[in-house]
Amino acid sequence: MEAFFKEAVVPHFNFWIYVIIMMIGLWSVIAKNNLIKKLIGLSIFQTAILLLYVSLGVKEGASIPIIDHHAAERSLVGDAGAINPDLIANPVPHVLMLTAIVVGVATLGVALALCQMIYKDFGTLEEDEVLQKIKALHDDV
Amino acid sequence: MSDHLPVLVLLAPLFGAIAIGLFGMRDHRVCLPVVLSALVLSLCCAIGIVLKVHAGGTLDYFVAGWKAPRGIGIVLRADAINSPILVVIAIVAILAAVFTVRHAGERDTEKTPHFYILFLLLCVGLFGITITGDAFNVFVLIEVTALTSYGLIAIGGSKRCKVAAFHYLIMGTVGASFYLIGVGYLYLKLGSLNMQDIHTILASNESLADSRAIRTAFVFILVGIWTKMAFFPLHGWLPNAYSYSPSGSAAILAPLVTKVSVYVMVRMMVSVFGLDHLEANVEWGHFVVWLAIIAIAAGSTMALAQREIKKMLCCLIIAEVGYMVGGAWLGDPQRWGLTGTVYHILADALMTSCLFLAAGAFAKWHGAAKLEDLSGLFRKMPLAATGFVVGGLAIIGVPPTCGFYSKFYLIRGAIEAGHWVYVAALLASSLVNAVLFFRIFEIAYFGKNPVESHGHGDDHGHDHESEPVVRREPPLHALIPLLAAAALVILLGLCNGTVVEFIRTGLIETATVVSTGR
Amino acid sequence: MENSVHSYLPLWACLASLAAVPLIVLFRREIFLRELVTFGAGALKFAFVLAMLPIILEGKVIVLTLVDGIGGINVPIAFRVDGLGMLFALVASSLWILTSLYAVGYMRGLHEPSQTRFFAFFALSLCATLGVAFAGNLFTLYLFYEMLSLSTWPLVTHHQDKEARTGGRTYLSYLLGTSIAFALPAILYTYVRSGGEVAFGPEAILAESNLDYWPALALLLAFAFGFSKAGLMPFHSWLPGAMVAPTPVSALLHAVAVVKVGVFCIIRVVTGVFGVDLLGRLGVNDVLAWIAAFTVITSSLIALTQDNLKRRLAFSTIGQLAYIVLGAALITKLSLTGSVLHIAAHAVAKITLFFCAGAIFVATGKKYVSQLAGLGRTMPITMGAFFLGSLGVIGLPPSLGLISKFHLVVGAADAGEIALLCVFLTSTLLNAAYFLPLVWIAFFPKKGSIPAELDRPFSWAGVREAPWACVVPLAITALLSTGLFFCSGFLQELTGQFIKGIGL
Repeated sequence: MEAFFKEAVVPHFNFWIYVIIMMIGLWSVIAKNNLIKKLIGLSIFQTAILLLYVSLGVKEGASIPIIDHHAAERSLVGDAGAINPDLIANPVPHVLMLTAIVVGVATLGVALALCQMIYKDFGTLEEDEVLQKIKALHDDV
Repeated sequence: MSDHLPVLVLLAPLFGAIAIGLFGMRDHRVCLPVVLSALVLSLCCAIGIVLKVHAGGTLDYFVAGWKAPRGIGIVLRADAINSPILVVIAIVAILAAVFTVRHAGERDTEKTPHFYILFLLLCVGLFGITITGDAFNVFVLIEVTALTSYGLIAIGGSKRCKVAAFHYLIMGTVGASFYLIGVGYLYLKLGSLNMQDIHTILASNESLADSRAIRTAFVFILVGIWTKMAFFPLHGWLPNAYSYSPSGSAAILAPLVTKVSVYVMVRMMVSVFGLDHLEANVEWGHFVVWLAIIAIAAGSTMALAQREIKKMLCCLIIAEVGYMVGGAWLGDPQRWGLTGTVYHILADALMTSCLFLAAGAFAKWHGAAKLEDLSGLFRKMPLAATGFVVGGLAIIGVPPTCGFYSKFYLIRGAIEAGHWVYVAALLASSLVNAVLFFRIFEIAYFGKNPVESHGHGDDHGHDHESEPVVRREPPLHALIPLLAAAALVILLGLCNGTVVEFIRTGLIETATVVSTGR
Repeated sequence: MENSVHSYLPLWACLASLAAVPLIVLFRREIFLRELVTFGAGALKFAFVLAMLPIILEGKVIVLTLVDGIGGINVPIAFRVDGLGMLFALVASSLWILTSLYAVGYMRGLHEPSQTRFFAFFALSLCATLGVAFAGNLFTLYLFYEMLSLSTWPLVTHHQDKEARTGGRTYLSYLLGTSIAFALPAILYTYVRSGGEVAFGPEAILAESNLDYWPALALLLAFAFGFSKAGLMPFHSWLPGAMVAPTPVSALLHAVAVVKVGVFCIIRVVTGVFGVDLLGRLGVNDVLAWIAAFTVITSSLIALTQDNLKRRLAFSTIGQLAYIVLGAALITKLSLTGSVLHIAAHAVAKITLFFCAGAIFVATGKKYVSQLAGLGRTMPITMGAFFLGSLGVIGLPPSLGLISKFHLVVGAADAGEIALLCVFLTSTLLNAAYFLPLVWIAFFPKKGSIPAELDRPFSWAGVREAPWACVVPLAITALLSTGLFFCSGFLQELTGQFIKGIGL
């Protein structure tokens, strides 16, 4: 048990965390009855993926990926004058996640707008009640 | 100018959407000309791309000139597989746009510009998914497509469409997130998001390609895409979303969104992971064909149970997705199954477009939502009914419509792969479709309650032709797209040889990439 | 190497009636023009077919490729006209003109509704029929076969009442169901098995394949039942069901076009797909022969019990179609000749009988055999034609039916199948048993079996025939059936070309 912990969990703890958070989100998407709670779950779910990506860009001892004009003073630049990639965090996942965050926010916005409309139409945000009222609607296509 | 065709396909609808946002809000009359001109421009560019690919092979385009390895620019890549799909997307979008004249937001005309903005952005998303050469971009564009779809579904006046859109949103977001996780694992292992790079790395490193992380990535991507394309156990969102959305939205969503997702799957299989690799290392490929068979059976059975036209058509989409997934996974050495899948993407887009345009026209001008309501259709709108019949025959698979030829290629692949159950499923589904559509044709032809058999010769006093037939076709803006779609369904069938030959050059090209990569 | 000629004539012959469809719809208000278009298209079609006749008689084959099969990728659409296709096209296109005339009389006589739709789909179905006749490969054959099923459905269900709906359902579910479930897989299997070759030619498609007995049998039966227009039992019930159609439809389509397309396809499959050599080597044709023999006897027995005249004719048709299949299944030179000739012989004879049934219905409203007593006195021409037609079906001189049946019987003897020979002879007796008494009581009714006002000596004053447009065609076809007995030379020559073409 301890060996497993040391070999599989500790070195890859970012994966464990993201999976656990993601499962929490997915659980509430599936199990919760309230539409808003579902959305909260969905956001948690998406955020977990953001964490995964961001954690991919991490390097121990690396700095932020901004071109620094005083780099030479802080020994970020190697002898040949090139930037040493080991000392700079990978910026790509962050950039990707900026996009993903925007997408997630947009999704959430649309979803909340839909919730608002559903509430206007049905007077409730509980899924089972909404479905019941829909059944009662029959033939209003 | 012609060098920039791949990006112009995207930019035309994008700037169209912006233009409507700027000018259309004040004067709604601006909307339609902008939409049409943007889409026609896209169509021209797409045709241009096809011609260029035909002349010179695969076309790479680096947006703003950002080439690897200097930057991670956005790569657009058009080859023989996706360029015909671009053309079909543009055509179907134009047909749907013409169809929506004056009933865009259905009850609420205030929403017209909003509708068209979403419509054009959806087109941007669809074109983008199809043409991009970057795995992460696919995610972003899938979400662009999805977000606009939610809007287009919920824009209708009915109460149900909002709930349907909400459910679609939940499923769609989870699916896209799965895809994103898959891409994340790929990036983690390979450090690249460019499809071609990924392919080259995987093809050159067998042990890496077979590693657990890459397998996980593949499964996540596959499940995500399956959710998006409504592959059978993940199809729950589709019937309500498409059948309760306004007709104009359904006319573009139903034919294109699922098909483009199928394309993404094909692209991932062919030019990201590599078919040879998948065949060698994915033990459950056979199982996917069985899943597809179940999807076909389930889709057909559900379609039989439906009493509403649009719901029935939605169930048929689920069955058709089963065709395509099954075809892609047959794994026959000559790749006929895959050829059939790509051809069926084109064919099904046109067939579904034809049927949904017809269903929309019937709903609007015949007041028909249920099958029984279609009675007397042939008398009332013979031309529109003819368009519907052509679409129906194509779904059944009657030659010379394109539906026959796509089934032909799929079955050929299945026979060569020795997968007889898939052959049987395709044929059985054809039979079920025949029952479904002839049930409708019968209702439309006979009327709901056919008159009791009038003893011949006794009371033949009434000659129907002497009394004026109440003939009221839908207005031209609905009729023309419908008939155009029907004509294209037949045209694509007649030109199947040319199209398939073209597609196969693309498939063979990617296959040789695999062999040289090793 | 066969002597082939490239020509667009088969395409024009097909398109002649297709082009008529929009014109017929266009002139729906001008009844005269509409019917003129129908006749014009019919004449044009017949002319195109006739124009091909000398070429075929010279022993050449006309080929035309519309859509090429590029490198084994494509599904080709091609025409190929040989003796068999020519003979069938000749029969169908000539009888279409007569049927159009008859239809005009019949439809007007009964004031049928929706005549425009009727004539439009009639023209469409003729296009499909010629397409089948001229089909140059299995896919083209299938294409036009399906087109025929679909385009005849509105004709069968013409009355749009409950009965028509039931009949139409049976019709389409049998024809479409079997073709998708059996014929299409059979075609695809052939395609894969032959390595992508589906074109008909002097060499049979599967001649080179080393099929075993059981796959070959399954394939043959899939084709035979898949092309269920041939009415082989147990997939025959669509034909009696289709009798709800107006009589011109029954006459042309269910005595000539549709059913003959079925047997035509089976002859094509036997000679063009399997080839006589392969079948003879494997011996699978025996099974088909016995199924056909069973159908011959059973349907004749059922026909005896039918009181509805059109249903009796329908079951008789099933039996006669099985003759043709049986002849093809025997795969001797003589039996195949008889088979092909019987397509023509049965077509002219049976269309006469249907015309008569329709004429009787138009003139008197009677449709049951039991009502026909004494009808020979009021409708002598019709009943006379009926007599000549039934001679043709039974195979008594003077009729073309005798020639074809003679070939069939001798062919059976040639093949050494004495049991099947007996089937032919028994069936001939049964044919006579269900037709001749009917003719007899029509002319010589028993005393007291008919109303007194009809029971008087014959006089021309008492004749109450159907409209002339009905009577003239049936008289012509009756005379054709008889006349072809005396000048069947060109038919035999066409058949000979076909038989030579397949190397017998």
